[in-house]
Amino acid sequence: MLLAVLLPVNIYAAEGVSGEKELDIPEIVMEHLADSYEWHIATYEGRHLSIPLPVILRSEATGEWHVCTAHSLPKGFFFDETHHGKIYERLADGTAVRPIDLSITKSVAQIWIVVAVLVCIFLSCARWYRKRTEKSDAPGGFVGMMEMLVMTIHDDLIKPAVGEKHYKSYAPYLLTVFFFIFTTNLIGLIPIFPGGANVTGNINITLFLAVCTMLAINLFGNKEYWKEIFWPEVPLFLKAYPVPVMPVIELFGVFTKPFALMIRLFANMMAGHAVILSFTCVIFLGWSMGTGFGLGLNIFSVIMLLFMNCLEVLVAFVQAYVFTMLSAVFIGLAHKEHEA
Amino acid sequence: MENLPSILTPDLGLLFWMLLAFLVVFFVLAKYGFPAIIGMVEERKNYIDESLRKAHEASERLGNIQLEGESILQEARRKQAQVLKEAADTRDAIIAKAQEKAREEGNRLIAEAKAEIENEKQAAISDIRAQVAELSVKVAEKILRKELASDAVQMETIDRLLDEVVVKEK
Repeated sequence: MLLAVLLPVNIYAAEGVSGEKELDIPEIVMEHLADSYEWHIATYEGRHLSIPLPVILRSEATGEWHVCTAHSLPKGFFFDETHHGKIYERLADGTAVRPIDLSITKSVAQIWIVVAVLVCIFLSCARWYRKRTEKSDAPGGFVGMMEMLVMTIHDDLIKPAVGEKHYKSYAPYLLTVFFFIFTTNLIGLIPIFPGGANVTGNINITLFLAVCTMLAINLFGNKEYWKEIFWPEVPLFLKAYPVPVMPVIELFGVFTKPFALMIRLFANMMAGHAVILSFTCVIFLGWSMGTGFGLGLNIFSVIMLLFMNCLEVLVAFVQAYVFTMLSAVFIGLAHKEHEA
Repeated sequence: MENLPSILTPDLGLLFWMLLAFLVVFFVLAKYGFPAIIGMVEERKNYIDESLRKAHEASERLGNIQLEGESILQEARRKQAQVLKEAADTRDAIIAKAQEKAREEGNRLIAEAKAEIENEKQAAISDIRAQVAELSVKVAEKILRKELASDAVQMETIDRLLDEVVVKEK
């Protein structure tokens, strides 16, 4: 996604190969936002420098599993350009179908990097605590920062939003969601290898997180919550006869809440990355426009780029915070106490 | 739907790996990560609360101890004053008693001395009286011897004396 630093190399190479090719900014942006089967780092003089990632496929025709890389696809599989380069399988009758594709793509690799980072951070913090008792000094430095962050989310966000009574059982999930989104967002802002993949700007990830939150809300909702949905305290004609308007609306709300969570996170992160990429592209656009106008445009782009990157760091936190907060509030609503 | 960008289309592989990764991170963090931090912070909070309570108690007790010390000091001062007073009284009593005794002793000595002097005086007087009697006898003897040098005188004297004695007896 954010190959801002390395993008110059990429564009130069593209121009070197195909001569005076027009700069197709939407295509470049989409390509960097999209998932891919290898981790592209740079292109220099027509040669791609990429980290190969394993492609795991189950053939629809034979039912066999294949493990390979993007360069050594087994027979019958091909990258379908009409489907944004996804791997498809050509069956014997000539039709193309999507095989079961469990490939470690760029996004998957990025997710596992995030998992490794999170596990390392929190296990090292936990080890710090294991060696100490409550009589020791409070931690400083990195552990202190993590403690502060965890306790801020735990005490100031989860506890008031979910409610004193039930927050303890949801705190681990909500904290995990927060730190997962936050770390993914931040690592996504690093333009070079260990980061830079557009993960939270991929609808699959936000869909998964939203479904988790939906399950957390609805599986453990209490009687009061379901009563609010199916038998709210409104006049009878609104909830039973002739049309059960309120239950329909409320039931609709059960799905719109997580849907809003999904779209909000996805759109914010995707848009942020798209804007940064666009400004990066403007630098090259300016370069091809001649010195005077180009230089002015480039300076403007660089300033905007720096500004957007700073803004995105803020957005990375805010979006993780908002997702966690709304999840917590929705969970809290599912544990509503009866109001007399 | 067919031509939506890949970031907008659901993808089984990505969802599958996301599920796996999220479960891993969730279980590791929920089991080892967050409880350690949150537990420690809660324990520390309890410890701080407890310490504060103890500090309050201790300062309260310190205040009590100071008050107590003050009162003990007061008591000690009072006792000291009392002891000093008693000592002074005792001293005065002893001195008075000693003076009394000395006076008595003096009186007694004086009385004894007086008695002695009286005795001595009596003895001296009786001694002087004896000597005076003896001397008188000797003087009388001498006078008599001289007066009774002749028989006539002796006789006259005897007569006179006899007369006198007879007269006296009458």
